[in-house]
Amino acid sequence: MAVALAFPVMGLLVLLQTTLVSQLPLLHGTADLVLLVIIAWALQKRVDTAWHWTIIGGLMISMASALPFGVPLIGYLLATSAAYFLRRRVWQAPILAMLIVTLIGTLLYHGTSWIALQIAGNPLDFFQVLNLITLPSLILNSLVSIPVFAIISDLAKWLYPETLMV
Amino acid sequence: MKSPKLNLQTVVLVLIGAGLIALALGGYLTPVSRLIITPFVNAQTWLTQRYTAVRDTLTAPQDITRLRQRNLELEAEYSRLQAQIIELQQQLSETRILSALVDFARASPENQYQAAAVIGRDPSPFLYYVIINRGSDDGIRRGMPVVTQQGLVGRVTAVTAGAARVQLITDPASVVNVRVEPSRADAVLKGELSGDITIDMIPQGADIKTGNLVLTSGLGGGYPTNVLIGQIASIRSRDQDLFQQGILQPVVDFSRLEIVLVITNFKPVDITPLIPAPGVP
Repeated sequence: MAVALAFPVMGLLVLLQTTLVSQLPLLHGTADLVLLVIIAWALQKRVDTAWHWTIIGGLMISMASALPFGVPLIGYLLATSAAYFLRRRVWQAPILAMLIVTLIGTLLYHGTSWIALQIAGNPLDFFQVLNLITLPSLILNSLVSIPVFAIISDLAKWLYPETLMV
Repeated sequence: MKSPKLNLQTVVLVLIGAGLIALALGGYLTPVSRLIITPFVNAQTWLTQRYTAVRDTLTAPQDITRLRQRNLELEAEYSRLQAQIIELQQQLSETRILSALVDFARASPENQYQAAAVIGRDPSPFLYYVIINRGSDDGIRRGMPVVTQQGLVGRVTAVTAGAARVQLITDPASVVNVRVEPSRADAVLKGELSGDITIDMIPQGADIKTGNLVLTSGLGGGYPTNVLIGQIASIRSRDQDLFQQGILQPVVDFSRLEIVLVITNFKPVDITPLIPAPGVP
């Protein structure tokens, strides 16, 4: 059920990302809804389908983006790994974990994209990327991460109801 | 005997009546009439108010229900008309754009165009690409140039059945061979991460000024010739440099792309096999 739900959710997010969010830049950075949802999903306590969601979201973005195929998927997998790593350590403060993983995930995703473009023969100035894209994207992602986390938490509670021990 | 008495009474009454009328006409009876009429009017007002209140109480529920229904109907009608106005404004805006595009297409009859709407942008902030709603089913092929009535937009880099991805000339990986008018100097346009477009490889001897027009040169076979791109916004010429460099002000507003034209009869030439590899004689 949770895996099946990933298809419409990720489809909707890719749609929103390409039509709406990508048109609302701060300098040249934009929020990344797919990344935020993947991170928020991976940080949920009872969720065990984060890798599935990551792969589905990564493949969908790979198809929509002109980045070398698979690069968004690698970036999202790294972000999910960071989320899993931190979930075990900062599990008592999920909002804090969300903010930290958003920061790390954005850096990992942008780093992956930058390296991939360097290899593909499209070298971009590191400091220009940092100033014009990564730092503004970090600000936007941090702002959007809290409402995204709240929505995804509700979705997780609905899909994975807490079992009471009697 | 009765007759004179009656006559006297009649005369007295007539005189009293005439006197009263004369006093009334002269305004001398106003205080008296006010004294009499005011309580009457007050009573009449009170009674009418009570009657109206009772009548409203009895008839109001029906009216309120009817008025509420009518209000709802009018609100629905208002919303419908508002939506219609917005839709018509959008249609008007699209019609204006299409009209300009048709004029542009008529001005260049040698080219065949396919109009397409911009339906999205690349999700990665590193790249300047747009997605259009025409694909291979509509005759769109990889490499076809994309323009608007103002000038060059970019070229198609990927195609599916119903959509295509267009690389804008502002993309950092985009390179366009251009010619600067009126000096006819060849140069190369490059996109920048900042969204600017730089013009490079202008020979030092070329007389380039701010405001000069920049058009595609057709060299390299990637774009057709003489498609307007923009104007030179600034130029930098230093003696120690091999070439002059500058910044281009594009004629197309890339942040507001809505409808574009794909030149469908242009076949790009791939000259890659003709470029000698480094170290190969």
